Amino acid sequence: MKKFLAIALLGLLPLYAHAEQPPRDMAQDLAEHPMNPVVEKRLINLAQKLRCLVCQNESLASSHAELAEDLRREVREMIEKGMTDKQITDYLVARYGDFVLYDPPVKETTMLLWYGPFALLGMGLVVLFYQLRKRRKIVPEIELTPEALQRAAALLNDEKDNQA
Amino acid sequence: MVPEIGHFALIIALMLAILQGVLPIYGAARSNAVLMGMARPVAIGQFVFVATAFGCLAYALLTSDFSVLYVAEHSNSQLPAHYRFAALWGGHEGSLLLWTFLLTVWTVAVTQFSKHLPQEMVARVIGVMGLISVGFLTFMLFTSNPFERLLPAAMDGRDLNPLLQDPGMVIHPPMLYMGYVGFSVAFAFALSALLGGKLDATWARWSRPWTTVAWTFLTLGIALGSGWAYYELGWGGWWFWDPVENASFMPWLAGTALIHSLAVTEKRGAFKSWTVLLAISAFSLSLLGTFLVRSGVLTSVHAFATDPRRGIFILAFLVVVIGSSLLLFAWRAPKIGLGGKFELVSRESFLLSNNVLLSVAAASVFLGTLYPLFMDALGFGKLSVGPPYFNTVFVPLMVPMVLLMGLGPAARWKQSSVPDIWVRVRWAFGASLVIAVLLPFILGKWTPLIALGLMLAFWLISTALVDLRRRMLRAGGIKGQSRSYYGMQLAHFGVAVFIIGVTMVKGYEMERDVRMSPGDTVQAGGYSFRFDGVRDLEGPNYHARQGRVVILEDGKPVGQLFPEKRQYDASGMPMTEAAIKTGLFRDLYVSLGEPIPNSGGAWAVRVYYKPFVDWIWGGCVLMAFGGILALSDRRYRIHAKKKQESHAPDNTAHVAPETATGSTTA
Amino acid sequence: MMRFILPFVLFMVLAGFLYVGLGLKPHEVESPLIDKSAPAFSLPQLAEPAKNFSPEDMKGKVWLFNVWASWCESCKDEHPVLLALAQQNLVPIYGLDYKDKREDAEAWLHQAGNPYTLVASDADGRVGINYGVYGVPETYVIDKQGVIRYKQIGPVTLGSLKDTILPLVQKLEAQP
Repeated sequence: MKKFLAIALLGLLPLYAHAEQPPRDMAQDLAEHPMNPVVEKRLINLAQKLRCLVCQNESLASSHAELAEDLRREVREMIEKGMTDKQITDYLVARYGDFVLYDPPVKETTMLLWYGPFALLGMGLVVLFYQLRKRRKIVPEIELTPEALQRAAALLNDEKDNQA
Repeated sequence: MVPEIGHFALIIALMLAILQGVLPIYGAARSNAVLMGMARPVAIGQFVFVATAFGCLAYALLTSDFSVLYVAEHSNSQLPAHYRFAALWGGHEGSLLLWTFLLTVWTVAVTQFSKHLPQEMVARVIGVMGLISVGFLTFMLFTSNPFERLLPAAMDGRDLNPLLQDPGMVIHPPMLYMGYVGFSVAFAFALSALLGGKLDATWARWSRPWTTVAWTFLTLGIALGSGWAYYELGWGGWWFWDPVENASFMPWLAGTALIHSLAVTEKRGAFKSWTVLLAISAFSLSLLGTFLVRSGVLTSVHAFATDPRRGIFILAFLVVVIGSSLLLFAWRAPKIGLGGKFELVSRESFLLSNNVLLSVAAASVFLGTLYPLFMDALGFGKLSVGPPYFNTVFVPLMVPMVLLMGLGPAARWKQSSVPDIWVRVRWAFGASLVIAVLLPFILGKWTPLIALGLMLAFWLISTALVDLRRRMLRAGGIKGQSRSYYGMQLAHFGVAVFIIGVTMVKGYEMERDVRMSPGDTVQAGGYSFRFDGVRDLEGPNYHARQGRVVILEDGKPVGQLFPEKRQYDASGMPMTEAAIKTGLFRDLYVSLGEPIPNSGGAWAVRVYYKPFVDWIWGGCVLMAFGGILALSDRRYRIHAKKKQESHAPDNTAHVAPETATGSTTA
Repeated sequence: MMRFILPFVLFMVLAGFLYVGLGLKPHEVESPLIDKSAPAFSLPQLAEPAKNFSPEDMKGKVWLFNVWASWCESCKDEHPVLLALAQQNLVPIYGLDYKDKREDAEAWLHQAGNPYTLVASDADGRVGINYGVYGVPETYVIDKQGVIRYKQIGPVTLGSLKDTILPLVQKLEAQP
């Protein structure tokens, strides 16, 4: 078992080259505790992207529901078998549908979801730019009536050019 | 008897709300001073009766009157008194009463602090708030009466949801609701301006302090909720992009946009229709949140028990309130003037670009939250949109926003130039870039995201410092600047602190999921955690297994943590109570998982080292303080006095109707 | 001036969606296994643990596969419906006793009556996961080729039997 864990650990190292834990600690943990921290780490990362079906809206990682525990066990075993994240999520999608993914796949029906915000941003900035340009042309330099000017002076006299 | 008094008080409050909603608005349209004058007394009367109802429900809860259905469902005789009180907002009916109560509090505040405003304006504002109150009181009385009796009375109550039995929960909902409801003031100001056809810089000036107060409450409310999730859910996360969290975040984003847009409107009289639309949106999004939480259309951990009849009612209410205000907008907005001139490169333009980014951010949260509903309604099947989506979409929107936040204060109002701005910020830019590239190496790990986060944070800090220095040198020194300027800089500094917190936690947190027998140690972030086993503990209404974890630094004990696993007596619900040793630069966080069977006292234990995590909430608190500082600006008070002295009825002179062709929205 | 009415129009579209949303059931997740072969398994029978049951045994028959457990409260609601259905001999009902203790399950069937032709016991819930079970009770209609044709989420009611399940069973019986 130890040997298997060591192999799994070595095999996973490249994947986790930029993971948070320094390898020294991992090895130490591994020596001290039977739970494999690499597997647990991957399990948590994966489980946070998966939805617990019975719960209202919780990830597999945070749910205390029994099904969530079973599914965590299932995912843990798949990780130990050396399956990739993609294979594991495919396994779950085949059984529960896209609903289990918190990270919905990009396809025709999710185009609007994924690209909508950026399209909207582009549109917003273009509209703003044209409005500002148009405005600059049509707004006369001074259009204040005497009363308004007086009022503006009253507003401005006790403050400098410094409001938020 | 007391519950009946409460019920009766609600009925009277409804009648007063109807009067408050109808008479002043009608009076304003007919220029009838008597009718308009009724706004204030009727509003205060309504407040008194809603407060009475509120008190009656509190009394029923504190005395554990289980013949009241709400009390039987949300309280328990063993529940400590402060949680019995907090149970007032632990359920649907009670929290609705809190909503309405706070609405009347805000209305009374408006009656007290608006004495300098034109009478028609005040009448319309109070009238609109009265109409909103009518909706909520009707909703309560017809579908969600908190005073409904339970006959025969229950022996004991079903208890407050253990998740809510927490000090944070005692103040989180009132803060949050103060924010939600507070946006109704800006909304009411916008509607009354539309109704009266008088939209100008003064309108923006009047709305600004109210918007800032509401925003400050909402900021604190969201921060409290996030802090609660951090220590109560036992998972060390602080934001989950849950629909209910999003429901509070959307009005916050819209409200933040509104604050900035009001600045442009006040300063330049420009983009008024956009500002009005934002004021309507901020409150509409608060209402939408109420609908989402209570109707059951979306699934969330925090949702209230649902009932389709309620859903239909709130939806109808939404359609009436939001629909009619948007129609009013469509009718009146084209007549709004253009306002003053400013150049393409100017502080106004930067503020408006930021507005676009904030609005798009709000729209994407909206899209992500409701997309599952849209897909399901169109028959495309069920899907889930969660944190990975929001993180992917949100971060790219926030980056340009933060960059603009640094540029905005450096740009001049009305007209600025790119070389001029560049001269002002180049040192800040260089310094933040250097820090961002070098600092992660010193901290021990360099990733592009850490560098980006640090760059953004130091960009905000350094541009603020440069701007502060420039102003100091120019005129007046420290005292020469207004409080609203300092408020703005403080709030922006809060954003920087927030970004540092997020970046450091995401980048350097350490997490250990280990099985520990008594005596075992585990390392995280330079600390050793020694598990000393678990003992039994009796709480007032739960029993718990309490673990003891000793923290060692260089072999010496520096503290102890006592994480608990609780089982609540009445509901039987298990709860994980994490134990946290907080610090300015790091939190040490321990939570108990499950006991491991047949192992002689071993437990699954989760240990986290979370650097700078408290900066996340610290940043929010600084933002809120920025809001308070801006509010205390003497400009608002002096202005108020002046208005009282020389009240000029025609203070909207510079709206030029003939140029009404194209004021606009972005 | 169209653009000023745009927010109103967008909002009304949203309101329409929300109205439809009120009628939806966000909790019922359609199974992706519909029209796919029922996952294979071999589990000990509840009554005779020495013998195994496998869906392979059911080739050529239309059958109902009902996931239940003695700890499941809403299973108790559907139990009389299943008993009535079993009496009519219209379609065989096979049970999957999900994450249950054998003694508890047998005691319950003994006490309340047994509508099942046979019950397989899935003590650790792995077969349940393969079938995408996320709450009990759930009921699958499986055709002669061993393909899942329908999944009822939640208790079987007289209404769902009459309107959906039995007509489907009849149709499937008629097919080769």
